[in-house]
Amino acid sequence: MTTAATACMIKLYEERHELEDYQSGVPRWCSGCGDNAILAAVQRLCRDEQLRPEKTVFVSGIGCSSRFPHYMKTYGFHGIHGRALPIAEGVRMARPDLNIFVNTGDGDCCSIGAAHWIHAIRYNMNMTVFLHDNQIYGLTKMQASPTSPKGLKSNTTPRGTCLEALNPLTVTLGVSNVSFVAQAVDWIPEVLYDIVKAAFHHKGFSFVRIVQRCPEWLPTLLEPWLHDPLKVKLLHHEQGLAISPSLAKVYKNQERHDPADLDRARSVAASVDPIPVGILYRNPDVPCYEDLRGTDELRTTARTKAGLEAEFDKFTVWPQESDGVPHRTA
Amino acid sequence: MTEIAVERILAKQARPARGAPGRKAATVLTQHVVEVISDSGEGAQKCGQALGAIAARMGMGVWTVEIIPAEIRPPARSVAGASGNCIRLGSGKVTNGGDETDLVVAFNEQVLLGRVRAGGLKTGCTIILESMWRDDADPKIADSYVDTYERLVTSGYNVYEVAMERECRAIVPDARRGKNMFALGMLCNLYSLDLQLAREQIALAFGKKAAGVVKTNVALLEAGHAWAEANLDFKYSIPAVRSTEAQIVVNGNTALALGVLASGMEICAMYPITPATSASHYLSDVFEKVGGIVHQAEDEIAACAFAIGASYAGKCAVTITSGPGYSLKQEAIGLAVMAEIPLVVVNVQRGGPSTGQPTKAEQGDLLTAMFGSHGDAPKVVLAAATIEDCFYSIITARRIAETFNMVVVVLSDADLATSQTPFPRPQFSDSWVAPPLDQSPVPPGAKPYDWDATTGLARRFIPGQPNGMHTVTGLAHDRSSHVAYDADSNEESLRARSLKLAALARTLQPPPLFGDDEGDLLLIGWGSTKGTIEEAVERARSEGAKVSSMHLRFLQPLPPGIKEAMSRFRKVMTIEGNWSDNPEDEIIDETNRRYSALAMLLRARYLIDVDCWSQVRGEPIKPGTLCQVIRDKLQR
Repeated sequence: MTTAATACMIKLYEERHELEDYQSGVPRWCSGCGDNAILAAVQRLCRDEQLRPEKTVFVSGIGCSSRFPHYMKTYGFHGIHGRALPIAEGVRMARPDLNIFVNTGDGDCCSIGAAHWIHAIRYNMNMTVFLHDNQIYGLTKMQASPTSPKGLKSNTTPRGTCLEALNPLTVTLGVSNVSFVAQAVDWIPEVLYDIVKAAFHHKGFSFVRIVQRCPEWLPTLLEPWLHDPLKVKLLHHEQGLAISPSLAKVYKNQERHDPADLDRARSVAASVDPIPVGILYRNPDVPCYEDLRGTDELRTTARTKAGLEAEFDKFTVWPQESDGVPHRTA
Repeated sequence: MTEIAVERILAKQARPARGAPGRKAATVLTQHVVEVISDSGEGAQKCGQALGAIAARMGMGVWTVEIIPAEIRPPARSVAGASGNCIRLGSGKVTNGGDETDLVVAFNEQVLLGRVRAGGLKTGCTIILESMWRDDADPKIADSYVDTYERLVTSGYNVYEVAMERECRAIVPDARRGKNMFALGMLCNLYSLDLQLAREQIALAFGKKAAGVVKTNVALLEAGHAWAEANLDFKYSIPAVRSTEAQIVVNGNTALALGVLASGMEICAMYPITPATSASHYLSDVFEKVGGIVHQAEDEIAACAFAIGASYAGKCAVTITSGPGYSLKQEAIGLAVMAEIPLVVVNVQRGGPSTGQPTKAEQGDLLTAMFGSHGDAPKVVLAAATIEDCFYSIITARRIAETFNMVVVVLSDADLATSQTPFPRPQFSDSWVAPPLDQSPVPPGAKPYDWDATTGLARRFIPGQPNGMHTVTGLAHDRSSHVAYDADSNEESLRARSLKLAALARTLQPPPLFGDDEGDLLLIGWGSTKGTIEEAVERARSEGAKVSSMHLRFLQPLPPGIKEAMSRFRKVMTIEGNWSDNPEDEIIDETNRRYSALAMLLRARYLIDVDCWSQVRGEPIKPGTLCQVIRDKLQR
């Protein structure tokens, strides 16, 4: 495969980016909102990986979490409700040289954008996707989302939701070409960072569901999980995350889970209590759509012209000489 | 069946030519409409296409229209199942499908009936009909055939029965598969076409297959030619001037796809929908050869969002669709308008609303193209007027989209999409192609929406450009692309996006008039009707009518000079393929009449009493119909 033209442009001097080089404005999220923890982890990732701000794009849909790109001093695309993934796919198809992140919420991804989510998994384009799952619509003021637990009272379900919650992990793990699935919780920043980092380093569609708190509309929903470390199950493996000794002391509910084991990943993913945290599945061998379609080639005017003339030839009626013999010297 | 009927039928058997073979005298014509119809799968389309190609190579004007059954696999011998081609041949340039058919070759009487009932055939036209059904083992089929034949004859049609399949059986065992080339041979004889060119055309059409296939088909062609020479007592010739320049023959959808190729765009995102999809079929086949890709998205919305993402990242992309798909894209189009991301959207219009008539032509999406989406969402709207225009419109659209950072909608329709006519082979120009991706550093202090106070234009920053980092958003925003809810920012940005249309309008030329600059009646059209309107105007002018026409390629913004042109005519009327209320209807009056789309726009913009005439019959408007419209309008 040849190299993209944009990847050929190198910087000849050393550049060092600090945290503030990735920070833009003051987030307008509620204090205690899980989005703040995700923003901190992602900005740290950018700094640690020294991602060039001009080569990094955050794409989002609509919702509280989708304000995320505005708080990054990189390129950003705050799109429309549900369509972050196809927008990000277009960016990826056009530009193999960019780092692409997607921020989407449980309404954005699992409801209005659900079709795109399923197909994005299947395309397996190289991007890191954060599902900010607070299990409620926040920006539109407390309506039940597909991931709201059954019985949740909201403005649209005053007597409680009547449906079982959709499980984003099992759905993702059920789609062909799934290549990276992890789950984090906003209240364990250390693991959140490790997962974000692992997701970024995976080439393919890295899907990270982050269970996050909504202090405004569901202030007590996740209380039991916050107060009881046993209700969180940490996944660890030589091929997955390592748990630090200090963390291991607090979170004693652990499982050694091989991220290559899809069957076990599916059964771990089905658990709501305890919440599994870690890398559920990783398969670096799933091909990326953008590589399969071979866009990573230099397009020149000469190539366009040659291709076009060859097509014209197929459809051309050449002028006839008087003897009726076609001549082809245009 | 009565005795009398039999007698009549026998009397109308094919009549051999008088005199020696090869000496039939040809009647000279200036134009003729001929069609070939069969059940689908019997090759009438291939026959028709070959006929058109041979005629085009001889220098005739040709316009080919596909006759497509709406169903995938209609039952054999069904009235709704006609599949084939209608080919208009002319000695000069042919710009439309013309009036009703003059001569038809039909492989069974049922498909023929379908065409008769659709009003497709000229009263008393010549019919060449496969006669094998007369002796069919199934008495129902035989009766149906004889009954139809008899009714056609008594209705005045000039019917020739030909046992095509029996004639072919001497050459091929499965004659059902070969009689299309026999029919081609007959038509070559009847229209005095060059048999050597026909042989070459067959070699071209079957070139990928074994040499034996070409040989067999040439034998069938020659057999048909000889049979017609010996057994049919008429022959035509349409004098043609051979073209001195190379021409290409494609349908409008292929022309659109070639335009995408030529424009330098690299990404087409689409979702299958009739009648747009064949453009993407062709593009899928060839785009990768020049480094482009066609992405078949999971739905219309995703296709549009994907194209917007690619455009945002620096490579203007295109999404190709038809009416219902265009509706689905509206929210995403609003985003591209708001964020000022260049985007080309092609809408190959079909009959609507809803699923409507997917394979039929209509011009019902003009207002939706202009005013679709939500809020004030100014976008450029172009309408391709000819097949050639389908090619150039895409190149123009890409350039406007990237110069003005706007959404450009290109309207075509099912008529242009499936019709073929030769046009001069385009000469490639470097200016067609998009400039390379700008990755230069953004000057200090520059903002992503530094709207020019006069034109509304701003230079956009593309990911990868150092110092240009910002977040584009569909929310109201200021010059820095920061979310802005304040009144001034909102007003400033709306003004800038609107001004871009005025700025573009300043670059446009007044549309030329066809006919005199002044007179009694000015017809105004847009889209695929150009050739038809101009032919009707020409005919009416030859009868002495003071009528002219004007055809609009830019619908938004409108070019200058329209009001001045209209004011020089006593009456102005648009001709459109969309709905308008008939003022003669009982409850319709001047206060509630719904005008055709363009008429409504012209009335609103220029305060001129523009009338309209429109038709939504799912078929191209015929020039003969328009001639009558012109006469009626001038008499009123």
